[in-house]
Order: sequence, then structure tokens, then C-alpha cells
Amino acid sequence: MSLLTRTEGAHATRGVRTGRASTGAAVAFMTLAACYMLLPVYWLLVSATKSQGDLVDTPGLRPAHWHFGANLAALFRQQDGVFARWLLNSLLYAGAGAAVATALAAAAGYALAKYRFRGRELLFSVILGGVLVPATALALPLFLMFAEVDATNTFWSVFLPSVVSPFGVYLSRVFAAASVPDEVIEAARMDGAGELRIFTGIGLRMMSPALVTVFLFQFVVIWNNFLLPLVMLQDDDLYPVTLGLYTWQTQTSRLPVLQTLTIVGALVSVVPIVLTFLLLQRYWRAGLSAGAVK
Amino acid sequence: MSRADRPTRRTFAPYAFLAPFFLPFVLFTLLPVGYAFWQSLHKTARTGGTFGRTHSVFSGFEQYADVVREPFFADSVLRVGLFALVQIPVMLLFALVLALLLDSAVARLKRFFRLVYFVPYGIPGVVAALMWASLYDPRLSPITALLESAGIRADLLGPHLVLWSIGNVVTWTYTGYNMLILYSALQALPADIEEAARVDGASGWTTALRIKVPLIRPALVLTGVFSIIGTLQLFTEPQVFRSISTSVTSTYTPNLAAYSLTAGDDYGGAAALSVLLATVTFVLSFAFLRLTNRRQG
Repeated sequence: MSLLTRTEGAHATRGVRTGRASTGAAVAFMTLAACYMLLPVYWLLVSATKSQGDLVDTPGLRPAHWHFGANLAALFRQQDGVFARWLLNSLLYAGAGAAVATALAAAAGYALAKYRFRGRELLFSVILGGVLVPATALALPLFLMFAEVDATNTFWSVFLPSVVSPFGVYLSRVFAAASVPDEVIEAARMDGAGELRIFTGIGLRMMSPALVTVFLFQFVVIWNNFLLPLVMLQDDDLYPVTLGLYTWQTQTSRLPVLQTLTIVGALVSVVPIVLTFLLLQRYWRAGLSAGAVK
Repeated sequence: MSRADRPTRRTFAPYAFLAPFFLPFVLFTLLPVGYAFWQSLHKTARTGGTFGRTHSVFSGFEQYADVVREPFFADSVLRVGLFALVQIPVMLLFALVLALLLDSAVARLKRFFRLVYFVPYGIPGVVAALMWASLYDPRLSPITALLESAGIRADLLGPHLVLWSIGNVVTWTYTGYNMLILYSALQALPADIEEAARVDGASGWTTALRIKVPLIRPALVLTGVFSIIGTLQLFTEPQVFRSISTSVTSTYTPNLAAYSLTAGDDYGGAAALSVLLATVTFVLSFAFLRLTNRRQG
């Protein structure tokens, strides 16, 4: 998994000089692959602009009458604007959840990288074991546990389990080892700084570009989460956007208009994640290369 | 602060930094695993009729035996096994070819294609399944229309093809992710390997197949095991497909079966199935760790 931490920039210029024919074939293959990756996205963009009638009656990949504005308005009007609520829920689950997860992982990773203490390797092994436990295998027992304390169908039943990111701890440990020099910590101790102050003032600051990676990974994981909310939640006011879209999809045979709304909703639901990636891209790149440069 | 209390502070500091992570980790990862195991060994019994109090009785591995004997068990395991045998090699070969091409491509093309290939990974599994479901829908599908114009009638959501239609969604979503892992490994190889191969007169493809691929074997094993884990846990895509295809049953994959057992209040059976799945997943992951550690060490 450490492979993920060292990428970009290590070998900026590299390339096999091969014949023109094989270069052409390579570019052709890469372009075809790109078309395959973008086909559903293109279809989504086109379909989101169609009216329900055109969606069924016109060829899938060809644009019809522009109906995007009306679709969008209908999307946010449906069930008293429940879609906006789902978006906000997802932002809260994924944004706040990933932020808390990153903070907890940063402190734990820093401790594992920068202190020698009893039980360090054991604790680290247990955490690594946590990486291997698949999230889907946890959803059902988590439901049973929350049911015992009567806490299913609450915001917390989805939020709390998502603040745990063993993979984040693993990455943070790698980052702390690579980017926080022991000498700096020693020097701060000499100056009489407390351990907490050293961590927040120096450790966190030096790790912060790399921590964006932890945040992004966890953000994507929570945003894409489906089984846990599906198992936990009955009240659609608490749904994240993935679960909301799914329930609309299951009702399209009864309410055909939901088909258009599901498509427009899917498009809108992808926007925040794209924005997050673009906004954090610079820091993210910096984080990825931090391990390689050191 | 006196000088004397510093060592004590330093002894406690790492535990204090670990505690905020460890508490939720124990509560929401270790405990559920333990709880599922406990639950799987106990059966619910009622005293005093249908509405009487429930209590749990130790039943050993009885529920495991029950679950394994269910007809859906063998079906779903075989289905997932078949899926893994076909989908994983196809996806990993695709990802490997893309990674090798990117590794030897011109810098500007590289950045563009890498971004495009990674796009599907950022799209939620539910949304990906919804998009492809519509692309397969016989009423809307440009794919069936295209096939029909070529004289092929294919029901992409029918009992014969739906598994591979799901396979396509999974391939589409994770090829870019696997490509990124393989590509990172390729980029980490020293540049002079390529130099030396060229001096020896090896072509680009020979260098790739004979030298680069063997060198990134650990990364290939990693993507392989991640894929096996993903396949064993297959849930979102088939669950979404259930609403548009009658060929996808409620016990289509082991994970779907566990979910429907829970929905049917058979918590013990669901727990037994979850524990079985988690164990198999864990064993395979562990085998991978051993394998790669041996390679590196």
C-alpha cells in the first residue's frame, strides 16, 4: 500500500522511443480506453438535459431538446426538496466524517512514527488488521450493535463508524516518518514545548499537505458508502445522496418521472466530489510526492 | 514545568495521541467483528410462545452448517467465483496495459489520460450502477441498438448476460484505480533499467513484458488481492441491478444473501455468513501480505 504514497515527479522525463506505427497504435488504444471511461459520463450529461419523453423516445447518446433547467428545478422540488437535504447530509457525513477521521489518524500515525513505547508494534499490527476487514463485513454487525442500544436510524449510526480510518493511520505513519524530522522535535523539547504543542504546532503543520490525501481517501469512501446507510436508516431525511438516488431508482416503475430525476440527481451528486478533487488537487499532489522527495 | 516530570509526560504522550483513534476503532471495528462472531454461535430462542421473551442459546457452529446447507449458498459462491475468474484477469490486464502505455507515453498525454482513467473511481458505485443500468436498459440502450444494427440481439439484463453486465460496471469503476497502483510501481523503478534494456537492443514491448512486469509483481499481487476482496464483498452493483433486472435475485452474491437474511430477521444466519465472508477475505489478504513480504525481504 505504500506504493500509493510515492508517485509523481520521481521520473519526470522517461519514454521509450519506438517506431511511429507502434506509437500510433498505443495512442489509439489509450484514446479508445478513454472513450470507454467517459462514455457513461457523456451519456449522463446528455440524458440530464432531456425531458422524460425524450429520454425514452430519442437515441441515448444524441442530444434532444434542452430541458436541463426544468429537470433541475423538478429535482429540487420533488418531495419538498428532499434532494437538497440528501446532498447536505452527504456533505456532513463525508466532510465532517473525513475531517474527524483525518485528525484522529494524524495523531495516531504521528505517535506510531515518532515515539518508541511499549506495545507499539502490537498496536500497529492490530490497526493494519483493521485495514483488511472489509467495510461491508462490518455493516451488519454494526447494525446489530446499534440496535442493542436503540441507536439505529440516527445520524450518529452512520457518522460514527466512518470516523475510523485504519488506512489513514497507516498513511499518516508513513507521512510522519518522512516529513517530521526527529531533530526538530528534539529542538522544540529543548525550548520547553510540551508534547501536545509540538504535535499541533510542528508535527501537524509539516504533515498537513500529506494529510489532504488521507482526507480525500476517506471523503470518497464515506461519500460512496451505500451498505451502511442502507442497513441503518429508515428515515429518508437522514439519507445520504447515494441512498436517496437508489430509493428513487427502485420506484421508477411506479413513478416514471423519477427516472429523469434520478439521472439529473446522479449528475448533481457527482459535482461536489469533482469539486473537492479539483480544489484539493494541488495539496494532494504535494502530499503524494512528499514521500518521494524525502 | 519541572525537568523531572518530562520523561513521564513523554511516556504518556503516545498513548494520549493514540487513544482518540483507538476508542472508536475498538468500538466500530474490533467489537463488531467480535459481536458478529458471538452472535453466529448463538441461536435466538423464545420462551412462552410467539410473543414471549427471547433469549439466546449457545449453538456452536450449527448456524454455519445451516447457512452452508442453504441452496443459495453454493449458488452465490459459485457465481462470485466464476465472476472472479473472468472479471479480475480482464480488469487487471486492462489496467496493466494502460499503466505500461502511460509509463512510456509522452508527458502531456500522460497527465490527461491518467486523469480520465481515474474519473470512474470518483463516481459512487450506486451512481455508476445507475448509469450503466440505463445504458443496458433495452428501451434506452445505445449499446443494444448498436448490437442490433450489427444483427446481434442481446438482452444485457437477462439471466445469461447480467453477471457480465455487472462485471463491466466493476471493471469500469476500478480499472483506473488499479492502473494508478501499477503505474506508481512502474514509476518507482530505476530509470537505468530501461536504459540498459535499450542498449541491449530490447524493444519497448520486450522491456515491458520481460523486465518491468516481473519487477512490479508485488504491486500486481496487491491489485489482485484487492480485487478478490472486492469481488467477495460484491454488493452495491447487484443490489442496484435488482430493481431493473429480475435475473438478479436477493441471494445473488453472498453479501446480498447476508443482507436479505438480516432483512428477514435471521440475524444469527446473517452473522454466520458475514463471519465466513470476513474470514475468507482475511485469510486471502493475509496470504497476500506473506507473499509480498517474502518477495521484498
